[in-house]
Amino acid sequence: MVDAKKDFQKILGSVQKPVKGEAGKTGTWSSKKPIIDLEKCIPVKSGKPSCFNCWLYCPEAVVTRTIPPKIDLEYCKGCGICQMECPVKAISMEEVKIE
Amino acid sequence: MVKTMDLPEEEYILPGTRACAGCSMALIYRIALKALGPNTIITVPASCLTVLHGMQGFCTTKVSVLHTPFATTGASASGIVASLEDKGLADEINVVAFAGDGGTVDIGIQSLSGAVERGTNFIFACYDNEAYMNTGVQRSGSTPPGAFSTTTPNGKTGYKKNMAKILEAHGIPYVATAISSYPLDLYQKFRNAVEIKGPKYIHILAPCPPGWGYNPKDSIEIGRLAVQTGFWPLYEVIEGKFILSKDSQKFIDPAKRKPITDYLKAQKRFKSISDKEIKQYQNYIEAQWNEIEKRIKNE
Repeated sequence: MVDAKKDFQKILGSVQKPVKGEAGKTGTWSSKKPIIDLEKCIPVKSGKPSCFNCWLYCPEAVVTRTIPPKIDLEYCKGCGICQMECPVKAISMEEVKIE
Repeated sequence: MVKTMDLPEEEYILPGTRACAGCSMALIYRIALKALGPNTIITVPASCLTVLHGMQGFCTTKVSVLHTPFATTGASASGIVASLEDKGLADEINVVAFAGDGGTVDIGIQSLSGAVERGTNFIFACYDNEAYMNTGVQRSGSTPPGAFSTTTPNGKTGYKKNMAKILEAHGIPYVATAISSYPLDLYQKFRNAVEIKGPKYIHILAPCPPGWGYNPKDSIEIGRLAVQTGFWPLYEVIEGKFILSKDSQKFIDPAKRKPITDYLKAQKRFKSISDKEIKQYQNYIEAQWNEIEKRIKNE
């Protein structure tokens, strides 16, 4: 017998927990990773929240809107959009090994 | 005009999704969810977005998502809105249908047209990557002429459906075009749509690195070229009033537009495009902007 109340969520499969890394550690998809040169980064230099193009254009939501901006390399797929969009060319794509 | 700092900091999609590197659909979805907020129900047909949401048992988003059969996106949105109205929650929750170009211009068109005609209070957002990318680049009604796909190896013959115009002909209160390369404009358009009652439609061009044939890092640049060449004008039609978006305004002057070949040559899918087809593109862009100019003058 199915207990409708108890098994409601199971039957519908509707309530699923949002999780990070549904496709695994997507950081392993690419060997090249963005590294921010903090000496050039606009919000770090000015000390004010500004620019944050890397945060705005990141399709994977791995960049934080903090000073300095941090990139979660564990999940960064290494597409290189942040490198292209940085107005002061502070981001470079480098070979980084993910443990 | 919104600024980067005006966008909410909270992320509604979590990192580590199945979307390809440099996927502009993921960016569109991320920005759209920021505009819509947590009180949102999304309904999604078979598309790349289904892939992004992942396998059963897990979810990559913090909002509720309903996966529906391909042809029923509009109908499912009508159903959700009806049930919310019944429960008295319709004013608090945004119902948004998010479909690819196949689920909008080909398979989903009748249910979308039906939902719009019923006056359902929802947003239909189409992210248009111009082919069935999720199943391996088959042509759709939205594939532009001359473009390679696995079912049109010599380039597509025919036309690209102008879906925004088809929806405008339904007489709905809000129709807009957007693109992933101008996320602030995209954010503003979703905010505008949320404020309006009735059926709303947003058509978003979504450059696709594997399907269009370019390096993932150029995802934003390719989209910019689509706007700068005049191929993809950004505009809104609010209650029948045509408004050209700020990012597209200067391209009303033909001299400021980049040559269309800049856009076409940057993508491998247009490798075999003929001079005759390039000429057709130029004529298409000219006719499109003449019409826009006329519409602005009349208002």
